[in-house]
Amino acid sequence: MRGRRAIAIAAASSAVFLAGLVALFFLAPGSSQVRRFFFNIPDAQTAFLGNTRGGIFSELYAFRLNIEMFLIAEVLILILAMVIAMVRQLSGPVTFPLRMLAIAYTDFFRGVPLLLVVYAIGFGVPALSLAGVSTQPVMVYGLAALVLSYSAYVSEVYRAGIDSVHPSQVAAARSLGLSQWQAMRSVVIPQAIRRVIPPLLNDFISLQKDTALVAVLGIIEVNRAAGIVSSTDFNYTGYTVGAFLFLLLTVPMARFTDWLIARDRRRRQAGAAR
Amino acid sequence: MGTGPEPPEPGLALQLEGLRKSFDGTLVLSDIDLAVAPHEVVCLIGASGSGKSTLLRCINLLEEIDQGRISFFGKEINADLVDVNRLRRQIGIVFQSFNLFPHMTVLHNLTLAPIRVLGKTRKEAEAEADNLLRQFGLLDKRQEYPDRLSGGQQQRAAIARALAMQPRLMLLDEVTSALDPELVAEVLNVIRSLAQSGMTMVIATHEMWFARDIANRVCFLDGGVILEQGTPEQIFRQPQQDRTKQFLQSLTDAGRL
Repeated sequence: MRGRRAIAIAAASSAVFLAGLVALFFLAPGSSQVRRFFFNIPDAQTAFLGNTRGGIFSELYAFRLNIEMFLIAEVLILILAMVIAMVRQLSGPVTFPLRMLAIAYTDFFRGVPLLLVVYAIGFGVPALSLAGVSTQPVMVYGLAALVLSYSAYVSEVYRAGIDSVHPSQVAAARSLGLSQWQAMRSVVIPQAIRRVIPPLLNDFISLQKDTALVAVLGIIEVNRAAGIVSSTDFNYTGYTVGAFLFLLLTVPMARFTDWLIARDRRRRQAGAAR
Repeated sequence: MGTGPEPPEPGLALQLEGLRKSFDGTLVLSDIDLAVAPHEVVCLIGASGSGKSTLLRCINLLEEIDQGRISFFGKEINADLVDVNRLRRQIGIVFQSFNLFPHMTVLHNLTLAPIRVLGKTRKEAEAEADNLLRQFGLLDKRQEYPDRLSGGQQQRAAIARALAMQPRLMLLDEVTSALDPELVAEVLNVIRSLAQSGMTMVIATHEMWFARDIANRVCFLDGGVILEQGTPEQIFRQPQQDRTKQFLQSLTDAGRL
């Protein structure tokens, strides 16, 4: 009975809260203007599906590019970041320059805004006129910028995971005759990855949104398509549609991440007898 | 390095000569001399911090020594050219905190090193692991993850994991110290049967009755040196050194001897 009452109270308070927000929106002095320029239903329809005669791109179609970039970048980031994290784990004087390089890399790409990296690569690399490198499709430069920037973050996530595996695990593996590399591969990395899945997914939610930044290179992904729609109609509804499309992608991912974290916590508590 | 003029004694399983180890300038082991014959069981006793664990970790080269010589079946092993991975296959170590791999089943814990290091087939490795698990009463737990096991079961699994590499020497580092009292016996019984099967062992322990029962020789460590060694009879009945007497007296007072 208590549970049902709690649910009823929660529902009622949510309803009141939402009603308040909606009322605030409708009663605001500029409400009708905002509704006309941000939430225009016919314009939303045009933005969503496009208008071939009017030269308007479908945002739904453009969003396909964002998803594509996200999926490709994600895989490359997971690999490059792991390589960087592993390099930083190396020991011994011989590998010192490699370690320094990895540290410089993460410092640099975490320190520079992604937008600037997109500009630098998207306009800088073609300007170099290097055979083979400078004549790629624009999307390749956009992807390269995303991968370079995010790998720096993700390698730090990996590194935190690797550091969280107790040294006694390595000692146990080495004492069985496994080499440093075998111990890393079979014992440390699997445990580390399990622990960093939630923070990794968190970074990937960011990545999904940041695919919009490559618009500055002229790629007609959803953000660019929205810009075209709004400058044609003199109406911002296209951007609202774009935001809605991103939410469709990121919210399920965020819920999934939370679910994973909760499951992980439950498991750890179940195994707490250890 | 401290390569002595004498060659290592060929008949010995393990020989430590003038071993010295310090951490950040603090001397933890000094002038350790110890000889272990094949099939011998040597127990290291002494207060916490006396250097027992460090000594064991030095023997299988988990810690690098500062000075001295370690020989394993007549071969010097602390030289730079020794392949530590190859050597460690032959020396098993079991830790106080079990250190099973939590992301693998018990069976996988036992087969990992035989497959990866010795190049055995999965089938071969699993058959041998099953034999060990049966012997240790863990066969029904082979597909369980370590955190589903009791402390005693985990420690038995850890011993089995070390044995799966068919080592010539076993080092046991206070393997019962993290266990609830009622689980100590099941682990010690396993070790006793190992001793009976002729396994050469160096055991650091706080269980004096066990040392007295199982050891061929007992070494009393104090402040990083082996202060006194002898048969269990000599050490427990007629200790020569004052520190040894004090240590044993303190255990008797605490009701542990």
